[in-house]
Amino acid sequence: MLAYLAKRLVSLAVSLAVASLVIFLVVEVAPGDPASYMLGINARPDTVAALRAELGLDLSKPERYVAWVGGMLTGDFGTSYTYRTPVSQMVADRLWVSLPLALYALSLSTLIAFPAGLYAASRRGRMGDAAVMGATQLGVAVPNFWFAMLLVLLFAIKLGWFAAGGFPGWDEPLQAIKALTLPAIALALPQAAILARVMRSSLIDILGEDFIRTARAKGLSPGQALRRHGLRNALIPVLTIVGLQFSFLLAGAIIIEQVFFLPGLGRLIFQSITQRDLIVVESVVMLLVFAVIVVNFLVDLAYAAVDPRLRTRR
Amino acid sequence: MNRSLILGAALTAIFLVAAALSFLWTPYDTETLVIANRLKPPSAVHWLGTDHFGRDILSMIMLGARTSIAVALVAVGIGMGLGVPLGLAAAAHKGGWLDEVISRGGDLVFAFPSLVIAILITAVFGPGATNAIIAIGIFNIPVFARLTRGAALSLWTREFVLAARVAGKNRARISVEHILPNVMNLLIVQGTIQFSLGILAEAGLSYVGLGAQPPIPSWGRMLADAQTMVTLAPHVAIMPGLAIVLMVLGLNLMGDGLRDALDPRLKVLRT
Repeated sequence: MLAYLAKRLVSLAVSLAVASLVIFLVVEVAPGDPASYMLGINARPDTVAALRAELGLDLSKPERYVAWVGGMLTGDFGTSYTYRTPVSQMVADRLWVSLPLALYALSLSTLIAFPAGLYAASRRGRMGDAAVMGATQLGVAVPNFWFAMLLVLLFAIKLGWFAAGGFPGWDEPLQAIKALTLPAIALALPQAAILARVMRSSLIDILGEDFIRTARAKGLSPGQALRRHGLRNALIPVLTIVGLQFSFLLAGAIIIEQVFFLPGLGRLIFQSITQRDLIVVESVVMLLVFAVIVVNFLVDLAYAAVDPRLRTRR
Repeated sequence: MNRSLILGAALTAIFLVAAALSFLWTPYDTETLVIANRLKPPSAVHWLGTDHFGRDILSMIMLGARTSIAVALVAVGIGMGLGVPLGLAAAAHKGGWLDEVISRGGDLVFAFPSLVIAILITAVFGPGATNAIIAIGIFNIPVFARLTRGAALSLWTREFVLAARVAGKNRARISVEHILPNVMNLLIVQGTIQFSLGILAEAGLSYVGLGAQPPIPSWGRMLADAQTMVTLAPHVAIMPGLAIVLMVLGLNLMGDGLRDALDPRLKVLRT
């Protein structure tokens, strides 16, 4: 396990290094000089030069890359070109919306998908299975932002049960959770559809195994065999997908936040794009990529801990 | 013929025909704005109603289909055009440095949240259909590379490939003449799935203003415009969304159907 861990750690470090380099280079080739942009077209050249020096833009590209990565490692994400406030502060404020939203959606997705997948697998080839599979086929095809609009139309406008958008802050936790409910449902639906399909096929695979046949031969009913022996084994691939979905949800939240006017990382990215505040875009994107790569790494480790065969396969 | 293939192909064909037809004819001219006609619900005159500028939504959906299909199709083309040769090369040099570079590179791209990178690319290079195509296309490359490599690896041990090697053909020629035709079915199925994901991605990017720009009609853009009018005229938001759902559903059903129709053994290779 230690050798596997070491190998995966090296791979993690390489992934993060390459990712940061790619993001840095992509932003580097962006046209326009942030300092000139901030000061406007009438700024004097020496003022622009002074600001360039203040922002560290006069350094060479490798120096800037090292400074940026070094800063990120110590929690210093630089200063926003537009607001002149630390990017880390802006990100931290917004993370309190995006992160709970992603976790909320993940819980919902799991809560919907597990029973649905279990039900479909236990009714394989029958009406119930076909109904669940049909619903998941539809769930995968629905764009989440459109589903979000339909939810607003029904639950906020027609029924008045929820607000159509906005976020009251965490001072009132119940109101905050309520405000995140429709966005979380919208985010969770397509993921639940995917997860239910994985759950179903994983269970069906397991139900064909010899140990299930043995359990049945011992006199267990199909339901008992499934609950006592099938479920735990079928959950391994399903949990992997759950882990991977977290990153999809974090990224997917970017668009959903637009629908519900939630002050999360997504809105921060889009505001920064409009204002050409590229240092914010760069840092938020790196943060999201970091989250995805680290979650994937943890999923890999968890998987290897459960299934020893994987440690030697690569 | 299985049912999902027929249903999927029919749904897809409707949109392909609508998109092709829009080059010659749409029920109404969408460039003239008739404000007096705005936000009219579906009726015999305007089957799907009109939008906030009084434009016919059916005509807009037909024109939007063109954008969605073009973006997704070119993105799949990029993915296949680069991914398949990379996958073939990796399999032909299994275990070599080329294989390692291609496989690890693919892992790395997979590790990126595609939407975030698409946003980064369009943010830096400016919004527009071309940049959306590049952003979506990049993520298709490792999908096809990995699929091709996996399928090709098992083919390299087959007797007909060994026979070709004995006949003196080099790896590149074997890859093109013997491996590629045998992975084609898999590629077609995956192409359909990536096509549907491309439609969804284009809609998402256009919805947030990073995809096709006005005056080019696009389904995502129509939904973004509809958002503020959803209370006044729900059909403005419902119709373009339904178009996306039906097109994606059609492609997914077609992919599933093709998979079963082309080769039942693929079920084993699916993962």
